[in-house]
Amino acid sequence: MPVFYETEVTSRLMLGTAQYPSPAILAQAFRRSGAGVATVSLRREAGGERAGQAFWDMIRELGVHVLPNTAGCHSVREAVTTAQMARELFDTNWIKLEVIGNADTLQPDPFGLVEAARILTDEGFAVFPYCTEDLVLCERLIEAGCRVLMPWGAPIGTGLGLNNIYGLRSLRAHFPDLPLVIDAGLGLPSQAAQAMELGYDAVLLNTAVARAGDPAAMAEGFARALEAGRLGFEADPMEPRDMAAPSTPVFGKAVL
Amino acid sequence: MKITVNGTPRETGAATLAALLEELGHGGAKVATAVNEGFVPAAQRAATPLRDGDRVEIVAPRQGG
Repeated sequence: MPVFYETEVTSRLMLGTAQYPSPAILAQAFRRSGAGVATVSLRREAGGERAGQAFWDMIRELGVHVLPNTAGCHSVREAVTTAQMARELFDTNWIKLEVIGNADTLQPDPFGLVEAARILTDEGFAVFPYCTEDLVLCERLIEAGCRVLMPWGAPIGTGLGLNNIYGLRSLRAHFPDLPLVIDAGLGLPSQAAQAMELGYDAVLLNTAVARAGDPAAMAEGFARALEAGRLGFEADPMEPRDMAAPSTPVFGKAVL
Repeated sequence: MKITVNGTPRETGAATLAALLEELGHGGAKVATAVNEGFVPAAQRAATPLRDGDRVEIVAPRQGG
């Protein structure tokens, strides 16, 4: 199983906690899938509301690793301050670092991302950067101290799957030993299987499960697809070829 | 003095961030704080004075992707 910053997780599925029809269905999705990491966020709270405590109690009952995010942050300052608040609230140095560069595509701001990653690494954070599959950006993030990369498959919430197979395969080839997670853009279990077949270590998704008609069933579907895809990768697949090749022996066929 | 709490203007007599949290009903709550875009750890709230025009953010755990 993947090891993130010296911590081995129990599943290749990392699951978001937003947009579920109810907290009970959220919990079912985690139980049925065996997801090992839950992403969470921070939002404003009014006095006496105590919604944060209730949510936190529910997450703790899941017994999974918690990965706070800096979702919605568009500047380095915002992301760094959010990460610092998250570390105190969730009692973890893990941070899913999002620095958003464009409101329509929600694609990362690569320049702000590298700067924020460097600041947070220096402050002792274990940074999980939400990035693109751009090789040079990924090199800069590693130089900044990141020991895991989380390139998008497609823009957040689109369900379009792996939009740049070449780029993702190339990234895997360049960093054979670094944990790589597909973060965002997956809509179907088959796309998660494809990520595994490319040799990726894990996937992080939220909308595909939470917005399915039956989130718990979809979560399990993703978990099984991840297992299937990973087995396929480890089994050393055949090389594809253009021309047909008979699988049944030609020798010994009766002449009729 | 006039400050802003989570984007909303507010009149307060609280001298420190810790006093403001008590005044707002956050006493003992699982929240994190920032003043003027900078993180203020829980242990420093009592020693963090508030000044006119300060922008305070009070956040808590929430669902996220």
